[in-house]
Amino acid sequence: MDLIFFLLFASIAVGCGISLVVQKHPIASALSLIGVMGSLAVLYLLLGAEFIAAVQLIVYAGAIMVLFVFVIMLLNAAEEAPSRKTNWPSRLLGVPLLAVFVALLAYLFDKMSPSLGTVTFGAFTTGGKQIGRSLFNNYLLPFEVTSVLVLIAILGAIVLARKEID
Amino acid sequence: MNFFLISLIKTGIVAGAFMTTLAYLQWIERKVLAHIQSRLGPYRVGPHGLLQPLADVLKLTTKEGFVPSHVNVFFYVLAPFLAVLFALISICVIPFGPSVEILGVKTDLGLADLNIGVLFVLAISSVGVYGIALGGWASNNKYSLMGGLRSSAQMISYELPMAIALVSPLLLLNDLSLRTIVNEQAGYYLGVIPKWSILQMPFPQVFSFLIFLISAFAETNRVPFDLPEAENELVAGFHTEYSSLNFAAFFMAEYANMVTVTCMATVLFLGGWHPLWPAEYGSDYAPFALLAAGSAMLLFHGIVQPVRGRKWDRYSMPVAGLVFGALSLLFLLPALKPVLVPVFWFVAKAGVLLFLFIWIRGTLPRFRYDQLMNFTWKFLFPVAIVNLLITALAVALQGPKG
Repeated sequence: MDLIFFLLFASIAVGCGISLVVQKHPIASALSLIGVMGSLAVLYLLLGAEFIAAVQLIVYAGAIMVLFVFVIMLLNAAEEAPSRKTNWPSRLLGVPLLAVFVALLAYLFDKMSPSLGTVTFGAFTTGGKQIGRSLFNNYLLPFEVTSVLVLIAILGAIVLARKEID
Repeated sequence: MNFFLISLIKTGIVAGAFMTTLAYLQWIERKVLAHIQSRLGPYRVGPHGLLQPLADVLKLTTKEGFVPSHVNVFFYVLAPFLAVLFALISICVIPFGPSVEILGVKTDLGLADLNIGVLFVLAISSVGVYGIALGGWASNNKYSLMGGLRSSAQMISYELPMAIALVSPLLLLNDLSLRTIVNEQAGYYLGVIPKWSILQMPFPQVFSFLIFLISAFAETNRVPFDLPEAENELVAGFHTEYSSLNFAAFFMAEYANMVTVTCMATVLFLGGWHPLWPAEYGSDYAPFALLAAGSAMLLFHGIVQPVRGRKWDRYSMPVAGLVFGALSLLFLLPALKPVLVPVFWFVAKAGVLLFLFIWIRGTLPRFRYDQLMNFTWKFLFPVAIVNLLITALAVALQGPKG
């Protein structure tokens, strides 16, 4: 049962990822990305990490992608026109390089997999409480540093977007 | 009994009740609005227009599903599906009543008890915007696009105060599971004042309840925040180009969102299924008394003193009175009492909030767009944060619970 769900949603995630790149229309690409996020959330859920799954959906699908879709709709971006010029070097080199990359990945995974160990379904039993506790006990400094970083980013966005007032 | 079988039965009951509620909510809304405006409302189909929802459904299903030639067909068809899917799915984590034993089977009243129930509802409501936004965009119509854009901007903006207003009762109640949240609100101060989180010490959540309600109006695109479908500016907003069942899906999604939001408010702030006053003072007999009073009134107006000029009331009112009487007797049966009484209190609270939604629709005018944005970012959001800080301080000063 778990394995079936895993295979189903993993293939949906990969399919949406491919469609994200292949699609010509920005809205279709954005929606494929949402599909990837959603199926990732389901995979987290299968592992038992319910909190992470919900946060994944709220933050990525619910906030960031809504903003993306909003901007695409506001700018009314149309379908990309396919470029006329064929880029010969990329066509010639692309396939061999991809093969090398996949081979490298497979080799690394093969080397590392025994030492990493495998994750079983429902392995994480940690709820919101444990995550909160470890955030504010063990990882307090990184957490605070990240929040300051986010604050700086917000200030930067405001400074960049501000209209000059004479 | 088998877990799957029980779940299947419960799902069937909840789905059926939910759909009927959606259909009749619309009838109630039209009736209440009509009476606010000194009209009678739907009156032709069935006694007092009671079969109007059925007629509407028949009309919408038999209409031609027209797809305009200038739309992006895939997204145009997908959008209402998304809207209705995300609107209906949240109901499955709402707990309607405590754990009970029916015919020797012990079960929870409610479909699923996720230990992240609150986050689940938040997640679903945050992706719910896609239906409307996509529908507006795919229609390829400037009014629809404006409606969709307005709706997504409005929903992003009001989600912030809503989520922050949700956090304060969570601090008090110390859990994310909706069932545990309701259980934490059991009990009474001084024997009479309910321990709902809207009244719970150390810091009663009155402000966050109000913020939640206001944001809920905006999240469900209801008056006074129904700018996505402002008919004097945008024809019909995001669903201008939709007809037949696609239109019905958007319509249903709006009402389903309303029901979900009121259920969430009931669970988080109004103590779920816990009665208004303790059972020692007879709160278990309140549903019986209420329904019996309704039955007596209907019988009186049907038989003894019928309203002049409504000749069918002479037959329909006594029948309705008898139905109400039978229902009131159901609440006295010892076998059904532990199931029906908590559900009654839950439905009563959610129903009062739904009535509030309709009442406000009949009372308030629509906001202007800049007022809408200023209101959330400059007023609602800061107030929600201050409320959260005060709650956190009060909870911290009180120290850990027992």
